[in-house]
Amino acid sequence: MKTRKKMTFSRRNFIKTSALAGGGILIGFNLVTACKEAAKPPVDISKLNFQDFNAFIKIAENGYVTIFSPNPEIGQGVKTSMPMIIAEELDVPWEHVTVAQGDLDTENFERQVAGGSQSIRFGWNALRQTGATAKQMLVNAAALTWNVDPATCSTSDGIITNAKGESLHYGEVVNTAATLDVPEDVQLKSIEDFKIIGKDATNVDMDKIITGKPLFGLDYKTEGMKYVCVARPPAFGKKLKSFDDSDARLVKGVSEVVQFGDKVAVLANNTWAAMKGKQALKIKWVSDAKLENSELHDVELLKILEGKDVVVKREDGNVTKAFAEADTILDRTYEAPFLPHNCMEPMNFYAHVSKEKVHLVGPIQTPAGTANRVAKLIERDVEDIHLEMTRMGGGFGRRLYGDFVMEAAEISNLTKQPVKVIYSREDDMTAGIYRPASKYRIRASIKNGEITGYHLIEAAINGNMWAGIASYFPAGAINNYKVEAGNYRSNITTGAWRAPYTNFLAFAEQSFFDELAEELEKDPIQLRLELLGKVPNQTDDPNTYSSGRMSGVIKLAAEKSNWGKTENEIYQGISAYFSHNTHVAEVADIRMVNGEPQLEKVTVAVDCGIVVNPTGAKNQIEGGVLDGIGHAMYGDYSFEEGIPQDSNFDTYRLIRMKETPVVETHFVESNIAPTGLGEPGLPPAGGAVANALKAATGKRLLKQPLMQSLRKQMSDFKV
Amino acid sequence: MAVFNLNINGKNVSVDVDADTPLLWVLRDELNLVGTKYGCGIASCGACTVHLNNVAIRSCVTTVSSAESAAITTIEGLGEDKLNPVQEAWKELDVPQCGYCQAGQIMTATSFLNKNPNPNKDEIRNAMNGNLCRCASYNRIEKAVALAAEKMSKA
Repeated sequence: MKTRKKMTFSRRNFIKTSALAGGGILIGFNLVTACKEAAKPPVDISKLNFQDFNAFIKIAENGYVTIFSPNPEIGQGVKTSMPMIIAEELDVPWEHVTVAQGDLDTENFERQVAGGSQSIRFGWNALRQTGATAKQMLVNAAALTWNVDPATCSTSDGIITNAKGESLHYGEVVNTAATLDVPEDVQLKSIEDFKIIGKDATNVDMDKIITGKPLFGLDYKTEGMKYVCVARPPAFGKKLKSFDDSDARLVKGVSEVVQFGDKVAVLANNTWAAMKGKQALKIKWVSDAKLENSELHDVELLKILEGKDVVVKREDGNVTKAFAEADTILDRTYEAPFLPHNCMEPMNFYAHVSKEKVHLVGPIQTPAGTANRVAKLIERDVEDIHLEMTRMGGGFGRRLYGDFVMEAAEISNLTKQPVKVIYSREDDMTAGIYRPASKYRIRASIKNGEITGYHLIEAAINGNMWAGIASYFPAGAINNYKVEAGNYRSNITTGAWRAPYTNFLAFAEQSFFDELAEELEKDPIQLRLELLGKVPNQTDDPNTYSSGRMSGVIKLAAEKSNWGKTENEIYQGISAYFSHNTHVAEVADIRMVNGEPQLEKVTVAVDCGIVVNPTGAKNQIEGGVLDGIGHAMYGDYSFEEGIPQDSNFDTYRLIRMKETPVVETHFVESNIAPTGLGEPGLPPAGGAVANALKAATGKRLLKQPLMQSLRKQMSDFKV
Repeated sequence: MAVFNLNINGKNVSVDVDADTPLLWVLRDELNLVGTKYGCGIASCGACTVHLNNVAIRSCVTTVSSAESAAITTIEGLGEDKLNPVQEAWKELDVPQCGYCQAGQIMTATSFLNKNPNPNKDEIRNAMNGNLCRCASYNRIEKAVALAAEKMSKA
């Protein structure tokens, strides 16, 4: 049966149209307002004007469509997939659509907000309604021209047809449409009628990327702009005492050296001079706080795992009783180091603070919040801040933090000229914000062959898991269930890193399930399905896992990976995890070659609801899985006396092509509204590999990076 | 400062810079050829790869003075009229995620395929191992190099 949804809430709250001077129609909509509409009462219509819109559709007289995408693009593909959703409901051929990044320094785009990893989930309804509303206006205009009832007209590929078989294309009615009221209720397409959603669409920036056109923040420049490198404290816990810039000023091309806070900026006519000038600075740093070692963090985190200063995040039943009555208790501790983000494009930002305005350009995931912070820092009205986003050479959470934007603004404000702050790779890796080191202790009680209790303690540097995470599987599947968390406050700056918390929590829990299965002498897939079978299925709350969807991805991964039926030399490991509203299961295949494990393939099953752009979606999963594997196997970052121990890719190991397995992705067919894909592929990957490594080598690895742990256990192992 | 005469993408240009300036920054800051990317500055990531006499080199550790007598090709000069087979393959397989490293990947792949037009899987993986992709689009890069080889053999 076809399902047609009639949306009745007021579109005028977030959509407005106007005729374009040169012909055609401009449709403005506020994605943010629209996305929040379901949860909040409508905003006051009288207060809206075009400055309240952050995204636009332009339909020209030739019927061609330009969609100005409002959301930051960090490689997650929303600049392609979000316009696809509009084009679908607008009912135009994708080939007639051009996508442009919203130009943020025009007055139209002042209210810019980043969508983050939730772009598709939050944008789904609003983007569909926007496209459908625009289409209805065009139909109404055609109906007016023909003097017929709009209900008797239909559309297809940008052409409107009436009952007599007469037709008009969109371009022929746009100027009439621009004069009509915005319709109050429109019909969305049946999912079965989708023509664009569900079909591969190539990255809209493809040609620019493969021909090297200016696109990224580092590519942006203006006439007279100074290139700036900044010397920052070399250790967490140190501050600036004094500096001598006489040699730096002698470097050809260096124009100015300025101190701001505990940092020294070298301004120059080109990047190389700025880098050399910074090298030539002679700076004395002094300690003003504890200089921490990674060994100290280990000791402190282990104390938390013994129960020191923990808070309860969730408690069901009576865990103490379950453990007291247990036949067996399984007790394991999993450990992970700090990780830098290492975006390929190092942090950078352009700032020009002048009397008239503050012009900021560059890669930032949180433009609105950052603009506010800049305004406060340099004591300007936020209305003076004009912020343009560029395409970003990766984000991974690092560009949520606007520290580098503040630096650029402050230096421009001090020196009264346009500047571009550029981080060297060393700056990027050592002055960074890190995925916090963390440890998990998980215990399970077993009685009469059943898991009767489950107790997890999280110990992390600075932060702890969000409340919702404590309700992820196996919450609900085990009657006596408890999650506690505690943290150690460190002066090393930490923050969000792709799939915050779950990027390592998933490894710990999915490794633990494998050990539980072994203890209970069950197949690890069977154990998971049995536990999920105890949880009532639900698909209404997107923030909680669905036992049905989780079972679905596990079964699909098992089927596609030939679970349990592979040839003799192949050893498999399974991991399944729900995060960022998406369910993912992964099976890793390891082949033993001359006594050494080689990761050959990862079979992935994903339930993200409707897949908007299959090629983009698969790309996210492939990347997320390999990212997860790479960091689980090799990622290692530590501190001595507050000093970061790696500063570039010569010693810091990222996964490279020779180490990558084939990632084979399968999506569960679904008509459920879509959820995000930038992060959910990552968390299960490490566990799948660790479980396969156990099967292949007999070694259970509890500490990341896995290859280091494996080397310790296998002296003859060469990798 | 000194004047250096360079041949870039078939055009002669002269730049007035310090002799130790890496070619990368000459391309980006002096000549506005920003397709060549900065990633590490120590020849460890491959984002800055360009061709010197058709050989892939890391422009971040190649001084402008050592590049003077060579024919330099950057991503901008690779397929000026139409995409080259490597770029075509990249597009066909929708390789990029963030896209930042891809110019370097394409330059490495193009130079490699010119030397070895019919590579096997291991040869591709070896040749591309020096180019980091933080988004880990490695599966697609590998497939695209193979596809480009196929396109070149048919051309």
